[in-house]
Amino acid sequence: MPLYILKRFIMMIVTILIIATLTFVLMRAIPGSPFDEERTSNPTIQANLEKFYKLDQPMPIQYLNYLKSIVTFDYGPSIKKPNESVNTLLSRGFPISFELGIATMIVAVLSGIVLGTFAALRHNGIIDYGAMTFAVIGISIPNFVLATLLIQQVAVNWGWLPPATWSSPKHMILPVIALATGPTAIIARLTRASMLEVLTQDYIKMARAKGLTPFRIVARHALRNALMPVVTIMGTMLAGILTGTFVIEKIFAIPGMGKYFVESINNRDYPVIMGSTVFYSAFLVFMLFVVDILYGFLDPRIKLHKKEGEV
Amino acid sequence: MTGHQLAASTSFAEAPATIGGQAGRSTATDENSTSSSRADKEIILSVQNLEVSFKTFGGEVQAIRGVTFDLYKGETLAVVGESGCGKSVTANTIMGLIPQPPGRIRNGQVLFKEKDLTKLSKRALRDIQGVDISMIFQDPMTALNPTLKIGEQLMEGVRTHHKVSKAEARRKAVEMLDLVGISNPEERLGQYPHQFSGGMRQRIVIAIALICEPELLIADEPTTALDVTIQAQILELFAEIQRKTGVAIILITHDLGVVAKIADRIAVMYAGKIIEIGNKREIFYDPQHPYTQGLLNSVPRLDLQEEELQPIDGTPPDLFAPPEGCPFAARCPFAMEVCERVYPASTQLTEQHTVDCWLQDARAKAVFS
Repeated sequence: MPLYILKRFIMMIVTILIIATLTFVLMRAIPGSPFDEERTSNPTIQANLEKFYKLDQPMPIQYLNYLKSIVTFDYGPSIKKPNESVNTLLSRGFPISFELGIATMIVAVLSGIVLGTFAALRHNGIIDYGAMTFAVIGISIPNFVLATLLIQQVAVNWGWLPPATWSSPKHMILPVIALATGPTAIIARLTRASMLEVLTQDYIKMARAKGLTPFRIVARHALRNALMPVVTIMGTMLAGILTGTFVIEKIFAIPGMGKYFVESINNRDYPVIMGSTVFYSAFLVFMLFVVDILYGFLDPRIKLHKKEGEV
Repeated sequence: MTGHQLAASTSFAEAPATIGGQAGRSTATDENSTSSSRADKEIILSVQNLEVSFKTFGGEVQAIRGVTFDLYKGETLAVVGESGCGKSVTANTIMGLIPQPPGRIRNGQVLFKEKDLTKLSKRALRDIQGVDISMIFQDPMTALNPTLKIGEQLMEGVRTHHKVSKAEARRKAVEMLDLVGISNPEERLGQYPHQFSGGMRQRIVIAIALICEPELLIADEPTTALDVTIQAQILELFAEIQRKTGVAIILITHDLGVVAKIADRIAVMYAGKIIEIGNKREIFYDPQHPYTQGLLNSVPRLDLQEEELQPIDGTPPDLFAPPEGCPFAARCPFAMEVCERVYPASTQLTEQHTVDCWLQDARAKAVFS
């Protein structure tokens, strides 16, 4: 187990390094510079600014500086907001995005699994058809459409919930619904399909022959096996949710990372771009790693460590 | 059509024992024990005129069409027949594992201790499943849950039904693993199914089935998925367990070698009906139904080298629309006009031997002799 984790950890570092390099190349490949919008056309000021941010140095040196800033976790100040460092921006924006993302993930996983399981248990019944109708709708409607619909109907017309911002648990409800509907639908469909398959297995029949209660059969024997595919897609789904938060944050005026991220690219604010990209990718890679470990816990046949083979 | 000897062996692993005359000896003792003790042995399971069908897109399949038999305490009844004849449906119906729908019990009773299992509520049935009646499945590779330790799978039955402490359940589990011949039971409890070989897994499945000390064990092709050497070991295990615990066994199989080895009585099924039933000696030496004879002829025999295998021509009837008369009539070399029109009545040949065939009718006997 420790060996496996070490291996995975090294892989993680390599992955992040590759992402960082790609980010650097791409960010420099975009035409323009952070100072394009400055009203001044004085070349001396321009040159001084570039010198201050070390943008006048040759690319390889800049790349090394960039790597250094990643390793030391010090991205320096934002170019556009010189009185704020990238770290401040991250520490202010990320917790909010994280809250939104995790709340969405929890809602999507729990409701998706429950919905899918009941659909499978009532195969071809009303619950099944209802759940699958919901799933098709949920997958088809983009989250930004759902978000605006929710704001219009629930917040504006009915006035039940606040339409925007992020200041109380009540404010979380609409953005989380908007963001979670798609993933919930996907998880529900996946759980249902995999549950239907598991329920025909011999060990389920054997559990029934033992005279166990239906609840125990589902909870103990079926669910764990049926959740394998769900765990598999959870990693990539998390990536989708994280990027989805950018759009949802914009619509609901949530002060998360999304705003800074999009603005920084528009402004060619190099330190902020690299800070947020590397931070996000590191987070994502770490979550995939967690999912892999989780997978090993769910299915003992997946060996995370070298132990004795078949006896 | 006379002169059927004991076609005891189909699998090569058992052949030497058979040729050495051991089978003959064991048959004799079997017969003694069954015939002498039969009168005083109580019936623990009585299946009466059971009919089960399944709804499919193509129509309603009549999987079993009037199965009747009794099972005595402590005996082994083998149910034989080719694929699709209703053996497994019979087993699953007794066990209460027929999903309804699509399955439907159209008629009949399964009487166990004076209770009709087909009429019990699911809750009441659960108190019998795994406690009084247990089942062993065909493929040990899929019958165990891959994500649970075998200890948990063993103990959950006892803990559900007997409300014993964890330590007590554990002690029982160790005892069961010991009984089925698994060494280091304590350590083995913490392992997962993938850490065991096929034969070992079947032993664990048997241990799970027996842990609540059932009176009836239904084994649905318990050796089919195993290789021959393991088959022999598992069959010996069955015999040993029966000796130790006195459990009655219904053995579903299509392997006559298995039957010859451990059965007391044999029921031959064809197209959803039991067409002949009798003790082992009667079925092997004196089969009366042309289908039983065909079945025995289609088994390879080591003691008759020259003879070619004789397959039974044709295929079993379509159970969507089973024939009115004898279902075997279309394949039967002795079929008469009456066979295609009317299903034959049962003829009681001896105390235990019953056959459903028109050849037993006095008028038919006159034609053939």
